[in-house]
Amino acid sequence: MARSLSAVFSPVVLASVVGGCVSAMAPVVEADQGRLIATGGASSIEGAAGGGIIPWAVLAGYDEKGEWGANVFATHINLPDYTLDVAGAAFSYGNRVEVSYAHQRFDLGSLVNKLSLPEDNLTQDVFGVKVRLFGDLIYDQLPQVSLGLEYKHQNDFLIPSLVGSKRDSDLEGYLTASRLFMGAAFGYNVVVNGGLRYSRANETGLLGFGGDRRDTRSVLKEGSVALLFNPRWAVGVEYREKPDNLSFAGESDWADMFVGWFPNKHVSVVLAYARLGEIATLDNQNGTYLSVQGSF
Amino acid sequence: MMRPLRWMSILVLALLVGCAQQPPKDDSLYQDLGQRAGIQKIIEGMLLHIAKDDRIFKYFAKVDIVRVRDKLVEKFCVEAGGPCTYTGDTLAEAHKGMNLSRSDFNALVENLIDSMDDQHIPVPVQNRLIARLAPQRREVIEK
Repeated sequence: MARSLSAVFSPVVLASVVGGCVSAMAPVVEADQGRLIATGGASSIEGAAGGGIIPWAVLAGYDEKGEWGANVFATHINLPDYTLDVAGAAFSYGNRVEVSYAHQRFDLGSLVNKLSLPEDNLTQDVFGVKVRLFGDLIYDQLPQVSLGLEYKHQNDFLIPSLVGSKRDSDLEGYLTASRLFMGAAFGYNVVVNGGLRYSRANETGLLGFGGDRRDTRSVLKEGSVALLFNPRWAVGVEYREKPDNLSFAGESDWADMFVGWFPNKHVSVVLAYARLGEIATLDNQNGTYLSVQGSF
Repeated sequence: MMRPLRWMSILVLALLVGCAQQPPKDDSLYQDLGQRAGIQKIIEGMLLHIAKDDRIFKYFAKVDIVRVRDKLVEKFCVEAGGPCTYTGDTLAEAHKGMNLSRSDFNALVENLIDSMDDQHIPVPVQNRLIARLAPQRREVIEK
C-alpha cells in the first residue's frame, strides 16, 4: 500500500515543484513564447515531445526561429500488475533541434513474489535527439517531418539477461511526420502523426535489447490521431507496434486513448487509458496513464 | 494487434478526402462571422488585445489605427467570402521592411483567437477563418 501510494503521489509532488518553478520563471520568458499553444505537444515516455507512448514530429517547448524552449515532465502508468514512473526533460532550439532525457522506473509488482525475482524494479535512461527536417505542423505545404535518435541504457540487466535479452544498451532511430488539418473533423482541427521506428528494444528497452528469438532491429509502425475541441483540449488515440524478440513471453503492441489539457503555455496534463497487453508473461496490462508537463 | 493501425489509416484517409474539398465562392463563413459588423467587432477586439500584448504592440504603436482596422475588416471580409473589396496594399507591401518573425505572426493569431472567443464565435467557424488566413503567412513574415 505504501509503495503504491508513493507511486501515485510522486508525480503530483514533482508536478507541484515543476509548477512552482514555471510560475516563477514565467515573466522572464514571456517574450519567447513563439509558437501556438499545444504545438509543443506532451512528453512521451521516452522524453521526446509528442503524445504519450510515441514521439511526434513536433519539438518540445514553444520556440520559433532564434528562440529556446524546454519542458520537464512526470508520468505515471498504473497497470494491474506493474507501474511505470517516468521523469524527464527536453530542450529545443529554433523549432529545429530537440534534446531530451527520461528516466524510467518499472516496478515489477506481484511478479517479484511469484517468480522470486532478485530485484523489484527495472530502470532505464533514455537520451534523445530529434531534428525537424522540413515542413511545419500548421503552415507550410509539407507536413512537419522529424528524424530522431534515442540512446537507451537499461540499468538493471540481471533479470533481462536471464530471460534471453542480449544487451543492456542500444541506439534506435525514428522518422515521424505530423500535420494539423484545419477543420477536418466536423469543423474541428485534427492532428495526424505517423512514424517508423528502427529498434530491437524489448518493452521499449526495460527488458534490454535484442533477444534469443530475434537479435536484429525491426521497422516498427507508430501513429496517432488527435481531435482538438479548441486550442486547449485534445482527445485522441495512439498506437505503437513492438517487436517480439524474447521467447519467454509475448510482447504486445501498445495503444491508448487520451485527453490532453493545455490551460496555458506553461502547464499541460494528459490522462489516458493505456492498453499495454502482455508484459513479461502477465496479460491484460491495461490501465491509467497520467502525465504532467511544465513548459518554459 | 493490427486493427488499430487499420482504423487509423481509414480515419486518416477520410480526413484527407475531407480536406481536398474546397467549395467555390460561398459566403457562409461571412454569414457565420456576423457579416461586416461581426467582422469589425472581431478586428477591433483583436486590436484591443494587441494593445495589451508586449510582443507585438510595437508594430502598431505608430500606425494609423483606424486605417489598419478598416483595411483588416475589408481583408477578412473578402477572405470570408463577403461582398467587400480590399482596397489596401498587398500583404507583402504592407509588411515590407518590418521583418516580422514567425513568433510575431503567431502572436497575432493568438490575439485574433482571443477576440473571436470574446465574441463567442464557435471553434469550427474560427478554424475556417484561420484556415483561409494561414496560407498567407508567407506574404507577411520575414519581409
